[in-house]
Amino acid sequence: MSWHGTKGNPRLHIVTGKGGTGKTTVAAALAAVLADEGSRVLLVETEERQGISQILDVAPLGTEETEVGTGLEGGEIYGLSIEAGTALVEYFQLFYRLGRAGDLLQRIGAIEFATTIAPGVRDVLIGGRIYEAVGRTASQTPGSRRRRRPGDPPAYDAVVVDAPPTGRIGRFLDVTGQLANLAKVGPIRSQADSVAALLHSPTTVVHVVTLLEQLPVQETLDAVRDLSADGLRIGALVVNQARDADTRRAVDLVAASTPDHDHLAAQLESVGIRTSASMIEGLLQTGAEAVERRDLEVSLETAVQDAGHPVLTLPHLPEGVGPDAVRHLAAELAAQGVTRGGTP
Amino acid sequence: MIDLDMSGLLDDPTTGVIVCTGAGGVGKTTTAAALALHAAERGRQVVVLTIDPARRLAQALGLTELDNTPRPVIGVDTTAGGSLDAMMLDMKRTFDEVVLSHADPETAQQILDNPVYQALSSSFAGTQEYMAMERLGQLRTQAVAEDSWDLIVVDTPPSRSALDFLDAPQRLGSFLDGRFIRLLAAPARAGGRLGVRALGVGMSIAGATVGKLLGKQFLLDLSTFVAAMDTVFGGFRARADETYQLLKDPGTRFVVVAAPERDALREAGYFVHRLEHEGMPLAGLVLNRVAVSRARISADRARDAAESLEESGDRHTAALLRVHADHAETAARHRRLIRDVVAANPRLATVQVPLAGADIADLPALRNVAEALTTP
Repeated sequence: MSWHGTKGNPRLHIVTGKGGTGKTTVAAALAAVLADEGSRVLLVETEERQGISQILDVAPLGTEETEVGTGLEGGEIYGLSIEAGTALVEYFQLFYRLGRAGDLLQRIGAIEFATTIAPGVRDVLIGGRIYEAVGRTASQTPGSRRRRRPGDPPAYDAVVVDAPPTGRIGRFLDVTGQLANLAKVGPIRSQADSVAALLHSPTTVVHVVTLLEQLPVQETLDAVRDLSADGLRIGALVVNQARDADTRRAVDLVAASTPDHDHLAAQLESVGIRTSASMIEGLLQTGAEAVERRDLEVSLETAVQDAGHPVLTLPHLPEGVGPDAVRHLAAELAAQGVTRGGTP
Repeated sequence: MIDLDMSGLLDDPTTGVIVCTGAGGVGKTTTAAALALHAAERGRQVVVLTIDPARRLAQALGLTELDNTPRPVIGVDTTAGGSLDAMMLDMKRTFDEVVLSHADPETAQQILDNPVYQALSSSFAGTQEYMAMERLGQLRTQAVAEDSWDLIVVDTPPSRSALDFLDAPQRLGSFLDGRFIRLLAAPARAGGRLGVRALGVGMSIAGATVGKLLGKQFLLDLSTFVAAMDTVFGGFRARADETYQLLKDPGTRFVVVAAPERDALREAGYFVHRLEHEGMPLAGLVLNRVAVSRARISADRARDAAESLEESGDRHTAALLRVHADHAETAARHRRLIRDVVAANPRLATVQVPLAGADIADLPALRNVAEALTTP
């Protein structure tokens, strides 16, 4: 089975996960693997948090695609922060030739209105911008209406989206359902239909990032169930910030031993550590808690494995995240079989 | 470093409302539940309003369904004469109740059936925050009227940012009172074309554009909605302001919760400044899930000793030393992060809750958290 678990050769990778699980970092690492030699990958931010630019240590992303780095094997990574208001103005300019009327709309609050009346409209606009980037060909410029030439390769070999968290991902991807009652006709409606068709096609997979903690795993399993029910393709489940093998081995050994104060004290004294009753007590408590956490993690890991999708595991990086950490994680992903695969 | 006297705060009869805020995933709900439990077992009549509790914590509090009604929590020690009720916020139902209590049945139904209302009440970014405040206001009124609760503990929605809790209600208010929504709704009220003409050509282009985008039916739904809401509330912004004022009440105390991670602490810092700026009563910062080294051996020393023991000694002891070394390293990192946040906010009172082995999912575990919260 492929690393993403689907049969096709997906080009649009949606990355979600509970807040705080590191989905932005994982999205950046995934982009770095997919950007193999000679290819171009677009890394998209959808919530205007500027998380990508912080992690990659580049200037804040704007609403125009700019190069933000190179992939593990030398491909180009472009970054984009999609902002609903700008997407709407672009949309007006494109379809209604409104030109400067966009400014007017901005001034009287129409943009704010259309993007806040319901997150549905906002999500359709963001989805529309992603749709455009995925469908664009190498000879087209962003937003151009020039017809694509047959045989023209796509502008991006892969598009990775740092999507909203699991709590909102269902709504974000259900662009048509959200508009069901609100806009029954009109261009926003047809835009939503095109976006929905792309999201439900083999071009798209949704990856879910989790930690081995109760709440993130619960939300991951809920998301997998709900998104599958909505007809979306689940790709990999990414267990982030996992303990390394050495730590696990040590905890396993601690679990296999019976606590004995005197023996422990004698062993420590034998390597020159002066012990006290409270120190021994403290060490044993630390060990017991680590074993308790391990047991919880093991059961959660089993639950993730049993969800029926490929599982990728990334190590905990205590020094925090930055461009180096992203490359480190990208190498981990590559070692676990993540590759762009095939030519489109 | 100033210690946060949580015990004194909970015992103080003038403390009527405690709002727990912070970024998502830092343990706000657990903190709120632990504080409420502690106060109840010390003799206060407490209700805790949770927003999105983890499943097992919800079960521990008896919150098996989302029904918006406070119910007694089973297993609370009431020997001191206190009590604890818990409830989970149902945002849509709260909004519906606001409409139902302010409008005659016919107008209320008209609003509830309106598609714009339905979108707004279930998915507008900020509705949850607004409704949490609204529900807090309702509980206060109820507490006074029935002489029931003397302490309300509120958890806040799992927002992207803690600031959303303060900003969202006004955003919803100013949105509903905004120029553009008024303009779009104008034809229905001012009598069709006349209203449009009076607003000028630019405005009518904008209105027509939105009509084109979302369809004419949408405009109709929208103007019906705005007209109906107007008859119910007068101004929505005024109502939002009123709810906001509630938070400045002298009996209200904010507790900011943060985990010892860079992002969560930065977020907490923003929120602390904002509360100070707005003149809102900040009790202090709860540093949740802090790793504390339990044995006085440095990580390096423990690793050296482990290496020696692996060569000629007991590998179980060596393993225990390695586990301790990892933990001691995390503890040192947490200490550095906390030192920095305290240095940046010297007048901020703090309390630390140590990292627990497993999830907090029953009353004894909540009591342990409360114990840590109330003993600086």
